[in-house]
Amino acid sequence: MTGRPVPLGMPSFPRAAAVSTRDARLRANLKHATGTIRARRAAAVAELDDWRQLRAAAAAVKERTLRHLDHYLVRLEERVTAAGGTVHWAADAAEANRIVTELVRATGEREVVKVKSMVTQEIGLNEALAAAGVRAYETDLAELIVQLGDDLPSHLLVPAIHRNRDEIREIFRERMADWGRPAPEGLTDRPADLAEAARLHLREKFLRAKVAVSGANFMVAETGTMVVVESEGNGRMCLTLPETLISVVGIEKVVPTWRDLEIYLQVLPRSSTAERMNPYTSMWTGTTDGDGPRAFHLVLLDNGRTDTLADTVGRQALRCIRCSACLNVCPVYERAGGHAYGSPYSGPIGAILAPQLRGLAGPLEESLPFASSLCGACYEVCPVAIDIPEVLVHLRERVAEGGEATVRGTRAVVRPARRHALERRVVAGAAWALDRPELLRRGRRLAGRAARFAPRRLPGPGRAWTDGRDLPEIPEESFRDWWARTRAQESSQESSHEFSHEFSHEFSHEFSHEFSHEFSHEFSHEFSHESSKGGDR
Amino acid sequence: MSGDASRARVLGRVRRALADVPAYERPSDHPVPRDYLRVHGRRTPAESAALLAAHLADYRATVHRTGADGLPALLREVLARRGARRVAVPAGLPDGWLAGADVEVVADSPGLTVRELDAVDSVVTGCALAVAETGTVVLDGGPGQGRRRITLVPDHHVCVVRAADQIVDSVPQALERLDPTRPLTWISGPSATSDIELDRVEGVHGPRVLDVVLVAGDVGIPGEPARG
Repeated sequence: MTGRPVPLGMPSFPRAAAVSTRDARLRANLKHATGTIRARRAAAVAELDDWRQLRAAAAAVKERTLRHLDHYLVRLEERVTAAGGTVHWAADAAEANRIVTELVRATGEREVVKVKSMVTQEIGLNEALAAAGVRAYETDLAELIVQLGDDLPSHLLVPAIHRNRDEIREIFRERMADWGRPAPEGLTDRPADLAEAARLHLREKFLRAKVAVSGANFMVAETGTMVVVESEGNGRMCLTLPETLISVVGIEKVVPTWRDLEIYLQVLPRSSTAERMNPYTSMWTGTTDGDGPRAFHLVLLDNGRTDTLADTVGRQALRCIRCSACLNVCPVYERAGGHAYGSPYSGPIGAILAPQLRGLAGPLEESLPFASSLCGACYEVCPVAIDIPEVLVHLRERVAEGGEATVRGTRAVVRPARRHALERRVVAGAAWALDRPELLRRGRRLAGRAARFAPRRLPGPGRAWTDGRDLPEIPEESFRDWWARTRAQESSQESSHEFSHEFSHEFSHEFSHEFSHEFSHEFSHEFSHESSKGGDR
Repeated sequence: MSGDASRARVLGRVRRALADVPAYERPSDHPVPRDYLRVHGRRTPAESAALLAAHLADYRATVHRTGADGLPALLREVLARRGARRVAVPAGLPDGWLAGADVEVVADSPGLTVRELDAVDSVVTGCALAVAETGTVVLDGGPGQGRRRITLVPDHHVCVVRAADQIVDSVPQALERLDPTRPLTWISGPSATSDIELDRVEGVHGPRVLDVVLVAGDVGIPGEPARG
């Protein structure tokens, strides 16, 4: 797979997390944001008496789609084409980037406006466009904060969740002028003022844009309809003002029928932003005379999705509708932050999606399935019922014991992780990153903070995995105590479900996956470590 | 690689990945339980309108109620309160709606540029339908609604909903009535963001002020054909 590999020095999850869990400001930002949304999500979900049935239907429709994905993709292609769109197929990131770059070049334009899109992060589209002399402007507020701050996204829904209002103000003050209209004089850190600053900064770009790039939340095979769900109106600006619209969408985003949207338009907003409905949802089918873009291109992206599809246990990760509810309830995410996952897909879903999309290609991917305590809270809140703990355990076995997997469409045998293999992959990653100065710089910045922690080793069966990695410090408070203490303050019924689920998961996995469990246990301890007391063991 | 080769490659990978799915299985063989509710509760039309109003207000839209006779006066007042001087109007909006309003009417047309639209203060439209349970109005580009951009670029949107026959209770009922071949915009309150500390703030790129007028009686917009 030629997706965005791990930059040089991008640390494996435990290394990165060992640093981020000591970052008090990051943890405070995350705790505040995820705590706010958790309670509101529970209330929004509780409003619907049939949530359980909606969730079952949401999972079943996705499962049906995945089991017959070829059928639905061909149908989708027919319908989009019939409605005046053009469909392109991309087996990997390089192909998708080439297609988009050529489409932009054909318009003669040197800049594009972008709607927030996970998939274009995944393939590194902005960097590819920049290399071709095309400037891509992110227009989602959080993506703008990330882009201006020369930063990396850390949350599926709110990529700048690790930034608080004060930091955002500083980024706007210092960087907006480099990208266009400067921040207003005397900008405060009131969220409304920050939003106003973004409005003024981006308006000029919207009004002159001729080309837009988007993703999509859903594609309807039956009708060829594309759906983008958003809040700010930047999506609508990009989808309706430019002359050319290019949507890059993972092949798993297709749903069979128009009617199926009735399920997802109910579960997605409540799960992601805890709203009955998000402020704006745009639906378009091909092109419309006199309204919106005259040219519509749909780029259907594989980039590891078919490899994931081939794994009958891991396949369920492709149901994901990117709501981010699993991030917001995850104790590991709350402690470690999104950057520790080393991929645009962070949190519990990232821990199973990234290693499958990229393959267990290196230390980062191999460490991600261990970035969990298997508490099961992610599964409880998932609106498409992805059993994330089940997939995590499955992937841990793959890392530890090896086995068959599909890599770039071909069956292959994955060997158990060993130190020399890991080192080889780090070298390969370095060669890749040396061609990408921007990533190299960012990777170094992250790695530099991790470098001061000396490697330690686990005894016994854990050695194969911990060789060449950091071992977390022994905590002062066990994970379970921390979980009980912090979650006890959330008095919702859901919390108690999560809690009991944790125990059932731990016990069910404890004996059959001794090896895996050992790591989950160690990780759990790491994230329970409240105070950062210096000194390596 | 050429486009056709990529297509064959991706579809070939998909088919190989699904080796565990029996060849005889048709998509409809995989069960989808649809025992979720079509609507959450039974409501009279008046109750549905009240729920719509409450949910719109929850997300900081301002809701007004009037009879058909009172509509022009209410629109005059809403526009005047906002200080609107230039008002965009889509084709098919009944002439009488803006009668007596002291504003410059800017008619939507393909020739109206985005910069001209950016200089407009407000826009007045009808809608295709409204959804009570979610507090949503849906526009489909039909008569009295205009191109998508006219309800996006101006900072103030006034949307008129015919209470008698344009309010549905639920999302399933809305999709049943909408035509997917039309460009659709679902609007639930003014533009907002949750991007700063995951807390909702109203007002980013779309209209920062949304007035919704629920009007009783016949207000002269031709109805949309029901679908499905």
